[in-house]
Amino acid sequence: MYDEERIGELLRAMAPAPEAWVQTAARLPATRRAIDQIAALAEVDAGFRDDALRDIEGALERAGLEPSPALVEHLRDRL
Amino acid sequence: MAALSSITDAGLVARCRSGDDDAWEELVRRFSRYVLAIAQQAYRLSPADAEDVFQDVFAKTYERLGDLRSDDAVRPWIAQLTRRLCIDRIRAGARETVDPDAAHAGVDDTLDELDEALSVQEALESMSEPCRDILDRFFRRDESYAAIGAALGLPSGTIASRISRCLGKLRDLLMEENAPLTRHEE
Repeated sequence: MYDEERIGELLRAMAPAPEAWVQTAARLPATRRAIDQIAALAEVDAGFRDDALRDIEGALERAGLEPSPALVEHLRDRL
Repeated sequence: MAALSSITDAGLVARCRSGDDDAWEELVRRFSRYVLAIAQQAYRLSPADAEDVFQDVFAKTYERLGDLRSDDAVRPWIAQLTRRLCIDRIRAGARETVDPDAAHAGVDDTLDELDEALSVQEALESMSEPCRDILDRFFRRDESYAAIGAALGLPSGTIASRISRCLGKLRDLLMEENAPLTRHEE
C-alpha cells in the first residue's frame, strides 16, 4: 500500500503555514476573551463605549490586541 | 505540547471545549498545513485569500466546536468548512465569465491526496521524537544531510540510513494501522 517513495511524497505534500498565521489563530481564545472584556465594560459604561466606537483600533491596542481589519469588524459588531 | 501531540482528535476537541488554550494551539497546529493546502493546492487561492480563509476557518472552528455531533469528526468537518469558505471566496471574487466549479475541476483528487497526506502526518506525529525530527527535517523542511547532521550532532554519512530506518518504521505503522490512523488515547 505504501512504499517509501510514496510516503516521502506525502510528507512533502503539505507545506507549513506561515508561523504568523498559526500564531494569530492560536491566540484566538485569548483574543476573544479580551474582546468579551471590552464588550462587557462597554455595556456598563456608556462613555467607554462611545470612546471605543470612536477609536476601535485604539481600544484593541489598549487591550493588547493587533487591530486587524477582521478584529476591528468583530469588535464593532460586539459594540 | 509534547503530550498534547499524542492526543486523539476527539480528546483534543474535548479539551478545547473545556477552555484549554494549549489544546486549542495544538488543534491549530495539527490542521494548519491541511487547511492551507486545501486553500492553495485544491482551490489555488492567492496568498492573501488563503490567509483570510485560514483565519476564518479557525475562527469558525473555535466558535462552533460545541456544535460538532461527534468529536471524532473534527477532521472531515474542518475539511468541509475549508472547502465551503474557499468556494465562497472564489464566488465573491469571480468575474461573470468564470464558473467557479468548472475552474476547479480536479479538486476532489487533490483533496483525496491531501487527506492521505494528513494521515501520514498524523502517523509521523505518533512516532518517537528522533524519527519524527529526522523525517520532518528531511522531507518537510527540506534540509540536506549535512544540515541535519550538523543540527543533530551526527556524521552526515549516517543520516541517510537513519532516514531509511525511520521511513521503514513509518511505513510499518501505516500498514499496521491501515490509514487513516487513529492516535493513541491519552
